[in-house]
Amino acid sequence: MFSNTLVQVGLFLTVLLLVTKPMGLWIANVMNGNCKIINRLGAPFERLIYRTLGTNPDTEMGWKQYAIALLLFNLVGVAFVYVLQRWQVWLPLNPQHFSAVSVDSSFNTAISFVTNTNWQGYSGEVTMSYLTQMLGLTVQNFLSAATGIAVVFALIRGFARHTSKTIGNFWVDMTRSTLYILLPLSFLFAIALMGQGVIQNFDVYKEVSTLQPTTYSTANEAGQLINQTTNTQTLAMGPVASQEAIKMIGTNGGGFFNTNSAHPFENPTPLSNFLQMLAIFLIPAGLCFAFGMMVGDRRQGWAIFSAMAIVFVVMAAVAISAEQAGNSILTASGADQTVSVSQSGMALQSGGNMEGKETRFGIVSSALFATVTTAASCGAVNTMHDSLTPIGGLVPMWLIQLGEVIFGGVGSGLYTMLIYAVLAVFIAGLMIGRTPEYLGKKIEIFDMKMTAIIILVTPLLVLIGTAIAVSVTSGTVGVANPGAHGFSEILYALSSAANNNGSAFAGLSANTPFYNTLLAFAMFFGRFGIILPVLAIAGSMAAKKRIPVSLGTMPTHGALFVTLLIGAVILVGALTFIPALALGPVIEHLLMVGV
Amino acid sequence: MSSSASSSAMKSMFDPKLVKPAIAESFKKLAPQIQWRNPVMFVVYLGSILTTMFLIKSLFGKDEAASGFIALVSIWLWFTVLFANFAEAMAEGRSKAQAASLRSAKKNVVAKKLANESRESAVTLTDSNSLRRGDLLLVEAGDMIPADGEVVDGIASVNEAAITGESAPVIRESGGDFSAVTGGTQVLSDWIVMRVSVNPGEAFLDRMIAMVEGAKRQKTPNEIALTILLVALTIVFLLVTVTLLPFSMFGVSAVGAGSPPSVTVLISLLVCLIPTTIAGLLSAIGVAGMSRMMQANVIATSGRAVEAAGDVNVLLLDKTGTITLGNRQASTFIPANGVTEHALADAAQLASLNDETPEGRSVVVLAKNRFNIREREIATLGATFIPFTAQTRMSGVHLKDGDRQREILKGAASAIKQHVENLGGVFTADINQKVDDVARRGSTPLVVADGKVVLGVVELKDIVKGGIKERFSELRRMGITTIMITGDNRLTAAAIAAEAGVDDFLAEATPEAKLKLIRDYQAEGKLVAMTGDGTNDAPALAQADVAVAMNTGTQAAKEAGNMVDLDSNPTKLIEIVEIGKQMLMTRGSLTTFSIANDVAKYFAIIPAAFASTFPALNALNIMHLGSPNSAILSAVIFNALIIIVLIPLALKGVAYKAIGAQQLLRRNLLIYGLGGLVVPFIGIKIIDVALTSVGFA
Amino acid sequence: MDRIIENNAAIGFKESIKQTIRPAALLFVVLTIITGIVYPLVTTGIGQWLMPKQAGGSLIEKDGKLVGSTLIGQNFTEAKYFWGRPSATAPYPNNAAASTGSNLGPLNPTLAEAVKGRVAALKNADIDNSQPIPVDLVTTSASGLDPHISPAAAYYQINRVAKARGLSPETVQALINNNTEGRQWGVLGEPRVNVLLLNIALDNATKTSAR
Repeated sequence: MFSNTLVQVGLFLTVLLLVTKPMGLWIANVMNGNCKIINRLGAPFERLIYRTLGTNPDTEMGWKQYAIALLLFNLVGVAFVYVLQRWQVWLPLNPQHFSAVSVDSSFNTAISFVTNTNWQGYSGEVTMSYLTQMLGLTVQNFLSAATGIAVVFALIRGFARHTSKTIGNFWVDMTRSTLYILLPLSFLFAIALMGQGVIQNFDVYKEVSTLQPTTYSTANEAGQLINQTTNTQTLAMGPVASQEAIKMIGTNGGGFFNTNSAHPFENPTPLSNFLQMLAIFLIPAGLCFAFGMMVGDRRQGWAIFSAMAIVFVVMAAVAISAEQAGNSILTASGADQTVSVSQSGMALQSGGNMEGKETRFGIVSSALFATVTTAASCGAVNTMHDSLTPIGGLVPMWLIQLGEVIFGGVGSGLYTMLIYAVLAVFIAGLMIGRTPEYLGKKIEIFDMKMTAIIILVTPLLVLIGTAIAVSVTSGTVGVANPGAHGFSEILYALSSAANNNGSAFAGLSANTPFYNTLLAFAMFFGRFGIILPVLAIAGSMAAKKRIPVSLGTMPTHGALFVTLLIGAVILVGALTFIPALALGPVIEHLLMVGV
Repeated sequence: MSSSASSSAMKSMFDPKLVKPAIAESFKKLAPQIQWRNPVMFVVYLGSILTTMFLIKSLFGKDEAASGFIALVSIWLWFTVLFANFAEAMAEGRSKAQAASLRSAKKNVVAKKLANESRESAVTLTDSNSLRRGDLLLVEAGDMIPADGEVVDGIASVNEAAITGESAPVIRESGGDFSAVTGGTQVLSDWIVMRVSVNPGEAFLDRMIAMVEGAKRQKTPNEIALTILLVALTIVFLLVTVTLLPFSMFGVSAVGAGSPPSVTVLISLLVCLIPTTIAGLLSAIGVAGMSRMMQANVIATSGRAVEAAGDVNVLLLDKTGTITLGNRQASTFIPANGVTEHALADAAQLASLNDETPEGRSVVVLAKNRFNIREREIATLGATFIPFTAQTRMSGVHLKDGDRQREILKGAASAIKQHVENLGGVFTADINQKVDDVARRGSTPLVVADGKVVLGVVELKDIVKGGIKERFSELRRMGITTIMITGDNRLTAAAIAAEAGVDDFLAEATPEAKLKLIRDYQAEGKLVAMTGDGTNDAPALAQADVAVAMNTGTQAAKEAGNMVDLDSNPTKLIEIVEIGKQMLMTRGSLTTFSIANDVAKYFAIIPAAFASTFPALNALNIMHLGSPNSAILSAVIFNALIIIVLIPLALKGVAYKAIGAQQLLRRNLLIYGLGGLVVPFIGIKIIDVALTSVGFA
Repeated sequence: MDRIIENNAAIGFKESIKQTIRPAALLFVVLTIITGIVYPLVTTGIGQWLMPKQAGGSLIEKDGKLVGSTLIGQNFTEAKYFWGRPSATAPYPNNAAASTGSNLGPLNPTLAEAVKGRVAALKNADIDNSQPIPVDLVTTSASGLDPHISPAAAYYQINRVAKARGLSPETVQALINNNTEGRQWGVLGEPRVNVLLLNIALDNATKTSAR
């Protein structure tokens, strides 16, 4: 069992390592227009797009202009997704005749998908028409990811260039990242997923006769419980594979169905599960390499990659062992959580905390997925995080609170991590007696101001948001679990929203005007409250001279820097959230151990 | 360092003469408008006021927590503020004391002030400080020229080596191109009457000293950037503690047990978490950096310049006086055809016996070393000394050798040539050739003639200072490139550069070439430091990022630079760089220390704060602190005391070692990062044990 | 770098927004058509063409009637059927039109009670069985639609099913083995038994033995 854990995790890391470089090469080359095949095939089409827009792709933008373009583009997206949900009842491709989504839920979902959060207050298969899923949500899965890539490229250019007033052309960045990175990857991935059994159709929900009738009690109109019997099962349908693919590739995480990647139609096999995890890390890892390549020192990219990978492995180990150790209360209730193996050596059961987990994934594939999806700001889930053991739940929550920098979201992971690098280098630079510099760029007052904003934004949103939610009735009424776990649910919701993850301790009934509004606010400012200062830093870095490397320069590619970077991320995350975590998962764990 | 030495160092650091006014000053600094300038400490200040108000309320029976506990917390919060004030006051006090001693110890030159332009007019001896523009001065052989000015009468040879790097004396006379003289240079022969052209530099220096010691200290860019970070962290911790109240209220209602932590506890937590250690010492570190500069006899006009010194990538150093000894030394005797080396050495020695210039002494020394020619008493030879004059540009000796009158002279080739040709002698092609050879090697040829016969050439060579090569390799390890600036030709320059171990050199340097060199380096993104003293250095000084003007230099040079070295020692640049680095390192290290401290404080306070609601959290009380109250109080006391403990470090600065950035960082991370993690665990535990033992629970 | 032409930075904020809104909206339209219409339609086309069964939901047809999907678990409570993972869907278990997990926290007393209830139900249905009860058989799945149980959970139920159907435990064991998948590629995920397929196979086996 233990060896299988190592093999599964090891295989995942090995494959990830193998794809990082080719992925990074591809990303950097197509974004910079250095790929010959793409130039021949895509250039005419690209030109047509730019002509339609009436823009010159060779005209670059300063950071302010880039920011304006980015904001306007995303606001157009918010408006469109909102209207689409409100009007879906009158629009085609709505075989289940779903009504218009409520005002607050539409608003929340629009913000959620535009900000790459994909928090879902609604339940997909009972709310959204196929058209809304396709034209609203799938599209935003692409565009929010492309926005992330655009921002990180603006920042990388800031470091790579010197004495430049511009950081790129937003229209070109969006077009290229969508057409040449996200679209082909999603297309291939969608086909692979279908091969494993992910559905892709526009059929009406299918009714099947079940082998055994089911008797259940339900409330009638008068509110009395009555027994009913059914011998059918209705299977939800839809164009799932196409959305599922970009949901992972773009680290979006918004499932077609309510239970997301736990749903067998979204994630039918262990292989599809493996590919989904890989897809989440694919672009974030590749971007690390692209970064190193573009700043002219690949070791810089690998250093960032290593810092991410080390934290990831440690977190995954903690999560897997916590889930495998199980929940003592389940044992007390008569369930056997021990691993068992047949005489022929086949695993008979994975054991551990199986509440809220799927049998085909067992403990390892579930806990690993939970770590991956929260290390990256994906938020897709194949296990119910609310039912994780206290420590198993602390890992995803804390990974989110670290600011989604362990690979992180497409683009957003790297750009936030680079800000942490700036922070680490600032303190370290002082410690060696020089004005701190990163990649030959001095870190000055303006840069520190922006860095300070970035460090402040998410704690502000998470802590204040949680404080509001636990203080008002409309916030506490939705809590599903008693005691410290109820607090964890609210804290997780705000952490997830403000850091644009989107996963949830889903027991919290968050589809209420209160939560829809509060979380939409957190998601919006958690996204653009960071993107704007990042672009400002990009502009500031691009304008600076580059200081040549000397013996007095602190190297930012060695083990020491990696340690330092990890230290900065962990320390900021720990100092900010230790008290809150102590009142949630930590106390819960101590209580569980005490039982 | 032995313990007695360190304790005496401590004693001098906490000299009662400094401590007493500093204590008074720390109370004066409690004024809100002063506290406001340090946002982090301002939060502590507000916390102190709040807890004091709680204390007063609790005395009237409205208990927020036990009033004894509130009183103790409140007292220690006030101490935290006072300790930070004290650190700043100490630094300022030391700085003031240093400035005062600088001012008194300034090397003043006595000037001979004349009543009118005539040399014979009445002389009043005046301190050079009190000279004004237009004053007339008499400067005679051996005197230092007290100020910049213009020669109005007389002619003199002046050693301007300290400024121009030219070791040969120059002639200064009234009228024409050679009438300007520079303060700090020395008249070697004859005399001049000069008119002071600028109000002397001492007034300028005074202005700078006043600025340094004044309270108008401006924050440096790195200090501002760091303050932004500290403020951001403070806001984060403010959020953490403020939201902890609703969080724990929710917890209490969910669990149905205990009570949320009191506001006093939350304020304690806040104060412990915010980076008070670095914030309390930040200003002291800045002041101390400037005062360390003063200790090195360097006055920096701005902290920004001190900080920039830590970042310097390129050092421009003048050859003469910095890399080589200011004066050249005789290295070889090159006899003319038909003359033995011994004869040349003998003659040269005779000509130099009464020449007290370093060059003259070196000829005597060389003669002794080569041929063991003993030093003779010129009087016993019956000889008379012919001194160097600006007109003849030769010196030597006149002696009777039996009945033969001998006149042995040494001097520059052109002067000797003129002399022998006047006497009807021949300055042969052979001699010409030898003179050229010596010059080509970068040395100075000194030609010796006996009457009208040229005996040969003495080669005066530049001598590279001892230990300079090691300093340069140290600089290289710090990542700093050294460039030698010289007026010499390329060949000479290359030879000396190789010998001194500099990375590069600029030969045949003109002011324009210097300026261009600096600009080129800056265009590459490098920070350039240089020293200078002449007026023609002013543009380059103004362009350089760190520009150290020699105190002996001209007013223009001092105005253009951003530091003045009172010792006029160009090697000081290296020390300046180290002081700059130390200042940044101290800030960075204490920041790391301060933040790392928080981990232990969490372990102390979190279990204590929630003891009533979540007793299970006591599992986190890994220090096994006596009681919730003593845990919180111990953390608060530790947080206050650590400021006092670190004052000496803040004032002295973190030790700088010229090792690569990587090793330096590893070293400081281990000491201040790891140390910062571990020390508070020990400190808090000790304080807790002490509190418990005196019966506090 | 020579491509970079400096943009006119002198224009005002308002003007800049005016100039930007048009390309923003147009690019949005273009990319929406590509990623929101062309992409899903082409994917659907390929799915229907190359793997219609999977794209259609891996449906099981029996006697011309749809009886389920191999990927979606059904509710079994009768002794003669293997029981699957408990499901938290509403209003009835394994509602494939509204997937959900229980979302019960680890220390929630409701969870402990629910597990105890399921343990009791299993024991009541097979009183002689004293084997430890595998955890997956008494805890709800994430989707509420988990089609699988662990081999251990299947083995636990052999005696009850065999007794109810009058089949030998060996026959039942063999059917389990027929419907057991190992780890994918021998590495990924966990070995598992498809409950619906196993129960269909059981029904078929009972029919043939009855005939």
